[in-house]
Amino acid sequence: MTAAAEGSPAFGMTRARRNALLQSEPVQGLALISPTLVYALILLVLPILAVIAHSFWTKNYLTVDHTFTLENYRLALTEPIYRDLLWRSLYISLTVSFFTVVLAYPIAYFISFHGGRHKSLWLFLITIPFWTSYLLRVMSWKVILGYNGVLNSGLMGLGIIDEPSTALLYNSTAVIITLTHAWAAFAILPIFVSLEKIDRTLVEAATDLGDGPVRSFLRVTLPLSAPGIISAALIVMIPTVGDYVTPKLVGGKDGVMIANAIQAQFGKASNWPLGAALSVTTMLVVTLIAGATVLIIRAAQRLAR
Amino acid sequence: MTAMRRLLPGRLLPAYAFLYVVFLYLPVIFLPIFSINTAATPKFPLSGFTLKWYHDLPRTPALLDATWNSLVVGVSASILSTVLGILAARSITRYRYPGRRAINGLIMAPLVLPEIIVAISLLLVILQLGLSLSLFTVVLGHVLVCVPYSMTVLTAGFEGFDRSLEEASADLGESAFGTFRRVTLPMVAPAIISSLLVCFTISLDEFLIAFFLTGTEATLPIYIWGQLRFAAKLPGVLALGTLLLVASFLLMTIAEILRRRAARRTQNEGGLHA
Repeated sequence: MTAAAEGSPAFGMTRARRNALLQSEPVQGLALISPTLVYALILLVLPILAVIAHSFWTKNYLTVDHTFTLENYRLALTEPIYRDLLWRSLYISLTVSFFTVVLAYPIAYFISFHGGRHKSLWLFLITIPFWTSYLLRVMSWKVILGYNGVLNSGLMGLGIIDEPSTALLYNSTAVIITLTHAWAAFAILPIFVSLEKIDRTLVEAATDLGDGPVRSFLRVTLPLSAPGIISAALIVMIPTVGDYVTPKLVGGKDGVMIANAIQAQFGKASNWPLGAALSVTTMLVVTLIAGATVLIIRAAQRLAR
Repeated sequence: MTAMRRLLPGRLLPAYAFLYVVFLYLPVIFLPIFSINTAATPKFPLSGFTLKWYHDLPRTPALLDATWNSLVVGVSASILSTVLGILAARSITRYRYPGRRAINGLIMAPLVLPEIIVAISLLLVILQLGLSLSLFTVVLGHVLVCVPYSMTVLTAGFEGFDRSLEEASADLGESAFGTFRRVTLPMVAPAIISSLLVCFTISLDEFLIAFFLTGTEATLPIYIWGQLRFAAKLPGVLALGTLLLVASFLLMTIAEILRRRAARRTQNEGGLHA
């Protein structure tokens, strides 16, 4: 106990108050979460702020010039190569999220409405491949689609084609197939959760009031599961836009994506400010597209009712 | 019409579900198939059974180093993320305070950020601070991406938890720590072990962050990445990949069994005391 503290006349009173404060819910809760929060602040928020700061600077031979400039953004948005890579990344991630959601919906529906006692077993069965290494799953598609790969040799063995097709691997279609497979489980879970929340009596009510199965699905089940569709789409779209491994392994020249360009700026080219601007642009654009997707799905949901 | 009504969900959906599971598993199954095939290129028809690719694995020093590195990183990352996950999950499920949702969102954010962004932003800061890249920096990155998963597993484990048990313990004179150790911990132990296993598996399989944040030391996925450039090395990579698949599969199955046991336990106890 310090002299200063004892000398303070209000100390006796504040100690009681301070104890009460220390025992209060907010303080205890915040104290408990603070290590995790501080970790996230230092290793996530601070680094992202550093990236944003860098994006406004310029590379000056070996050092970084800290004068504010928008030159990196001009390059990122107008230089044909970056513009094309960004568009292609967006196109690929939108296509992939569309297919994963469309393919995942029936399976989530099946598990939720017809899974019976085996619901959790089904979910486990479907998530297990997702827990295997992402790199290995991409690699297995390389094995399947390769020139001397499974599909080519299989089709030749069956006499369907005479010589191996080179059209399977090293293009954006290969990237789309691989990513759709890799992110499948991620789309099923949110849709499943939102289907589980639907009050089954509503579906029964629709049927009782004369709606056929298709109509009651379209007017009750589908709109009510929109939140799940939205989170499934976002959870696939946002990470896939910045995918690095898949384009590198199965994309070839035609399947290069923006992450490969970002990596090049932080690696060989060693132009951090440009790499930072590309990263920020990617994040902003994907946020915009994600927002638009949410609005579109919500609008469709309202129309369906 | 009634016949079709029965047929549609009754027959088509299970068939679709079956095909979907095949689609999910088929690509992964090719790794083990071609890892025991004599030919050096993965193509049909299979040429013959061999275990030589596996036989060569323990005789590759670089691979043994990578395995050791992966174990060190995985164990460190899983312990650290689970400790941070316990604190956060406990705080989120037990207390109400302003900013709770925002804080939760921030901690979960790495789950929905493109990995490349997480990787390069960490790289930038680590290099700016003058730290050198090492397995330690890989652990820092892995913890960041593991904590959201740890939180998910643990909040589910903590949520079904009956608070009156803790209150009873406190009323009977246990200190806060005593209550945690003797009442809370035993109930949530399965969830904690499950979180450790999930985080270890994620770290073991994670490539991109490790690729950016490691110095000269390779983890297993980085080792695999390096080998992919050599076509002749493919069967060995397939054999190694198969072992990794089996390891992930076993770890996740144990984690799932524990998670279910945890859910059952908290539910049962809750039911008894409700």
